[in-house]
Amino acid sequence: MNIHEYQGKELLKRYGVAIQEGIVAHTPEEAVEAAKKLQEQTGTGWWVVKAQIHAGGRGKGGGVKLAKSLDDVKAKASDIIGMQLITPQTTAEGKKVHKVLIAQDVYYPGASETKEFYMSVLLDRANARTIVMYSTEGGMDIEEVAEHTPHLIFKETIDPRVGLQGFQARKIAFNLGLSGNAFKEMVKFVTALVKAYEATDADMFEINPVLKTSDDKIIAVDAKVNIDENALYRHGDIAAMRDTLEEDATEVEAGEFNLNYVKLDGNVGCMVNGAGLAMATMDIIKLAGGEPANFLDVGGTANAERVANAFNIILKDPNVKAILVNIFGGIVRCDRVANGIVDAYKQIGDIKVPIIVRLQGTNAEEAKAILDSSGLKLMAAVELKEAADLVKSVMGN
Amino acid sequence: MSVLVDKNSRIIVQGFTGNEGTFHATQMIEYGTNVVGGVTPGKGGGSHLDRPIFNTVADAVKQTQANVSIIFVPPAFAADAIMEAAEAGIKVIVCITEGIPTQDMIQAKEYLKGKDCRLIGPNCPGVITPEGAKVGIMPGFVFKKGRVGIVSKSGTLTYEAADQIVKAGLGVSTAIGIGGDPIIGTSTREAVELFMNDPETDAIVMIGEIGGGMEAEAARWIRDNGNKKPVVGFIAGQTAPAGRRMGHAGAIVGGADDTAAAKMQIMTDCGIHVVASPAEIGVTMKSVLK
Repeated sequence: MNIHEYQGKELLKRYGVAIQEGIVAHTPEEAVEAAKKLQEQTGTGWWVVKAQIHAGGRGKGGGVKLAKSLDDVKAKASDIIGMQLITPQTTAEGKKVHKVLIAQDVYYPGASETKEFYMSVLLDRANARTIVMYSTEGGMDIEEVAEHTPHLIFKETIDPRVGLQGFQARKIAFNLGLSGNAFKEMVKFVTALVKAYEATDADMFEINPVLKTSDDKIIAVDAKVNIDENALYRHGDIAAMRDTLEEDATEVEAGEFNLNYVKLDGNVGCMVNGAGLAMATMDIIKLAGGEPANFLDVGGTANAERVANAFNIILKDPNVKAILVNIFGGIVRCDRVANGIVDAYKQIGDIKVPIIVRLQGTNAEEAKAILDSSGLKLMAAVELKEAADLVKSVMGN
Repeated sequence: MSVLVDKNSRIIVQGFTGNEGTFHATQMIEYGTNVVGGVTPGKGGGSHLDRPIFNTVADAVKQTQANVSIIFVPPAFAADAIMEAAEAGIKVIVCITEGIPTQDMIQAKEYLKGKDCRLIGPNCPGVITPEGAKVGIMPGFVFKKGRVGIVSKSGTLTYEAADQIVKAGLGVSTAIGIGGDPIIGTSTREAVELFMNDPETDAIVMIGEIGGGMEAEAARWIRDNGNKKPVVGFIAGQTAPAGRRMGHAGAIVGGADDTAAAKMQIMTDCGIHVVASPAEIGVTMKSVLK
């Protein structure tokens, strides 16, 4: 589960990670109040107005602005709140900004130069261990650093039996070229960051940049935080941070029906049981000349109600020109699924797009007979190849 | 013998008396699997499906000499169940449970290191050796006995592959569903290695999906070990966009090496017969074995 920057920073702070302080605001007026309060708390004279959306690259799209006065805060917040923010990580339409984070200015002048680093904590799948990935090249796209200067990216693996050790935190601080107070601060920062990662059941932390300020503090200026959804049951407070406004409305609705649905840009909808077969079915659609409009796993119990809900979800997408249902009935019998499909079709009434139904497994032939004799506009198939050919024919290929 | 499980396996069910455990244990027994008992803490001493219930896996092993366990316990307790099975001396632990937190699996995987046991899954359909043992939730009738080994990250796609293999006039030696989570007990490469060393397996179907580097690792191992048996491969998720999770917790394109296209290229380069369409697994295997 994705959360906003301000929520991520709140979690980090809870575990002792030093952050760029800020206050969230939903209106320009709230932004000004937040700026005043922040000035009292931190003494900051300038502010950064940061759009809060679930996507990176916000600065590139004009979603992050420096404000040098309270009037300026109001103006910048007015510009950003409500805008359609387009970044390299959003779709072409961008994402509507509902709130901004008013943050303290941390690039103030001082005794030493400021310096930006990159740091993330994530799972190394191959070794089933958590790693800290970090680089001297902060503030830029880590994929670019990986491509052009891979030797500037370092990894530290955490032994699950003992956790991150002091020598590892020191190694990280040394590799980042720090000394004196900044070195000590970095050791504290990394230690707290890993503690926060483990305590919150995170999937990924990406802090870019980590900033060494001109007075040798180490702080998180941004925070991309992803939490393991399977562990949310033990973090009610974090689960409450979910912002459904940031998610596709149809995906949210599908979730309420316990359907695993992901909206895509294509023209052929699909309804499948099982995630692997669902992905494979999307591939078949592409090979047949269509583009998948969605991923949808209906799960093991494909009864009339679930099938009807799934049809309704798929049909909300106006781009859908055809639907492919692909169910491998193992323990659930195909004839029952077929009856479910017929009932669902009748419940919905007139469905304008052609529907191809492929049922394979227990009682597949009986299922095909039910569909064929239903009088509905359904094209039934048993073999996967037949289904693929039917998709081809409705796509006009 | 085939791999992992056969008719001599002595199987216990962890989470025996719950809905899932009861339903699938019944199906396994009907298939002819040698289910010798089950574990439900607090219900030990009783009986369920005409088999004894034990409080702990250790008790079950002591009383029944069980060597295989299948786990249906809920996600919050599943990592604990895996470790209990390992500690009790179970050799093959099959974990069906979906939705185990990653941090729990990091711990469980670490715990298993150096222990003489193999974990299959979690978030998997299990293992079946046709006419031997069904230790999983797959529909048994689809898997007819033969000499093709199947390894797959997904459930229904495994059934699909088995169905095609059988309809092509071939059959299955053992099918292993390794699971779709980011951390699993047995990798694609390890499953392939079992089949390469199995005298009852002549060829292998290897089904992967987007996310992680397991298929590439397996492909390189197959090449480095002389491509001893033909392998037909498929990668699901050629059309999946980057950064979106496709159902399985592990099915997400994170980087350039995670894509289906990248994996298919590596597999092809390593001498694997890669099919673009999942409808061609059976016919391709048939033509390869000619």
